[in-house]
Amino acid sequence: MGTLHPISGIAGLIAMSLKTTAIFTVVMLVVAYTTLAERRVSAWIQDRSGPNRVGPFGLLQPIADGIKNFLKEETLPATANRVFFVLAPIITIAPALVTFAVIPVAAPLPTPWGVVDMVIADVPIGILYVLAVSSLGVYGLVLGGWSSNNKYAFLGGLRASAQMVSYEVALGLSIVGVLMLAGNVTLTEMVWRQQQLDMWFALPLSLAFIFFLVSAFAETNRLPFDMPESESELVTGYHTEYSAMKFSMYMIAEFGHMVTASALMATLFFGGWDLPGSWDDAFWYGGQLISGFAADGSVILATPAWWKTLLTFAGFGLKTGFFLLVYIWVRWTLPRFRYDQVMALGWKVMLPTALAYVMLVAATILVLDEIGMPWGFGYGLALTGVSTLATAGFLLFLDRGHTIVGAAALDRQRTAAQHGHTRRPVAAPAAD
Amino acid sequence: MAITVKRMERPEPERTSYLRAALSGMALTFKHMVNPVKVTQQYPEEQTDLHPRWRGTHRMEVHADGRPKCVACGLCPTVCPANCIRLVGGEDDQGNRYPIVYEIDEFRCIFCGMCQEVCPVEAIHVGRHFENAEYTRDRFVYDLERLMEQDHPTALLWDPSDPRSE
Repeated sequence: MGTLHPISGIAGLIAMSLKTTAIFTVVMLVVAYTTLAERRVSAWIQDRSGPNRVGPFGLLQPIADGIKNFLKEETLPATANRVFFVLAPIITIAPALVTFAVIPVAAPLPTPWGVVDMVIADVPIGILYVLAVSSLGVYGLVLGGWSSNNKYAFLGGLRASAQMVSYEVALGLSIVGVLMLAGNVTLTEMVWRQQQLDMWFALPLSLAFIFFLVSAFAETNRLPFDMPESESELVTGYHTEYSAMKFSMYMIAEFGHMVTASALMATLFFGGWDLPGSWDDAFWYGGQLISGFAADGSVILATPAWWKTLLTFAGFGLKTGFFLLVYIWVRWTLPRFRYDQVMALGWKVMLPTALAYVMLVAATILVLDEIGMPWGFGYGLALTGVSTLATAGFLLFLDRGHTIVGAAALDRQRTAAQHGHTRRPVAAPAAD
Repeated sequence: MAITVKRMERPEPERTSYLRAALSGMALTFKHMVNPVKVTQQYPEEQTDLHPRWRGTHRMEVHADGRPKCVACGLCPTVCPANCIRLVGGEDDQGNRYPIVYEIDEFRCIFCGMCQEVCPVEAIHVGRHFENAEYTRDRFVYDLERLMEQDHPTALLWDPSDPRSE
């Protein structure tokens, strides 16, 4: 194999094209099969079988759905704004698909022409690129809702914009902790720092992980936060007037966002493609692919291998798949929030708590750095302790049932204030 | 009788936990997700077990020599509440009556089974059968030949001494 150097030149160009094609194809396939998984898992949860007719175990169902969507009639409402109506699904789908470009999917792959990083574009702005591009998707939702010239679609679009803006804040704040620990915004370095910590960030930043999980649900417009779509109130929200492939593009965008959010959760908080142990650690440091530092500060060179790439890719897929399952599982369990509850949770609970938590993590990191704690397992353990306390406190606070109270509770509070007792008086039984 | 309302004893909202409710819900759905027992019936492979008194589309019983058992007595069109049976009777050289035209409009039929009950020679029957899809509406008027071709099992008549067919 010779010396380890990044692939470059013509070989690099070919490798890049292959990588881009492969990752795009895999993401599209995962999106397609997530739709099938959604239908199968929802069926299982409801003690049904789900679609199992097209191909073995219904595995060709996404293809049948795709063909159906291509062949269906495209409706264009007479009063719709044609340009934006057609443009909106495109604006939605593009950001959903390009965000995956910065997520590293496996350990670097050694080839005779050099080492290939298993990420399409390791851009220096990393996670900021994901945040910036993925929130562009809301323009498609708002435009689609507005240009349909339908009041339900319009309400859906409005809700989409309000919700995305609200939870963008909590999402950003939950990532701040990761940025402070990683010391950089590139996702490759975040994976590397988790490898060096011998601990995935989900433990030292447990509360941030919870916030990220909840905000990601809101950002992807999935239940229990699917306000923009809420079928029971708004027909189907922003895509009420859409049919055939345009509707399908909205669906692909939603599932694409889901896949990206799951991959991000895996990368930011569960080590990305990292597997337990330091055998797979690899990072470009000063032009060398290293797996760590010796006690005297000298570098230990990494030994990439194709089987390591395969194994770590499987690990990354497993983690992402798990979060996709959680998405589906939660969707078919929890009922939808009321609109004001969504806003209250975002602004009154998540934002202040996330801010306080950022301060707490920053203070802990400062103290640990001041006392000269080396970056490693002990460092992570200390942060884990602090975070566990914060998480326990937060959950205890939520658990008292005061965070999101139903209308009945407010009613009871009023009754109690008026009559001086806590139980709502039971209405007298009707006369016989 | 007085109307009684069942009052559910609900926990106080101040004592309930949103979080615990969500987590217990997740646990419940997970149990159902991994539960291998599913209620779905895989229809074309797994046929429904029809009740012995199920009343579906008709069939006409035939003699061993291929003649319909019907004697064109005219009781079934008379008793039919939906007026869906058209019968034109004829008589052969030996004075045996037989149906020249016997048509049942399955769209008009309400599947009450009274034609079967009233038939003195057990010729017309309602069947234990429900797969009747056709491409055109006029295919739903079954003529005599069609009724004689049907070979699905016939419905059991209601027996007052055994009201539940046990």
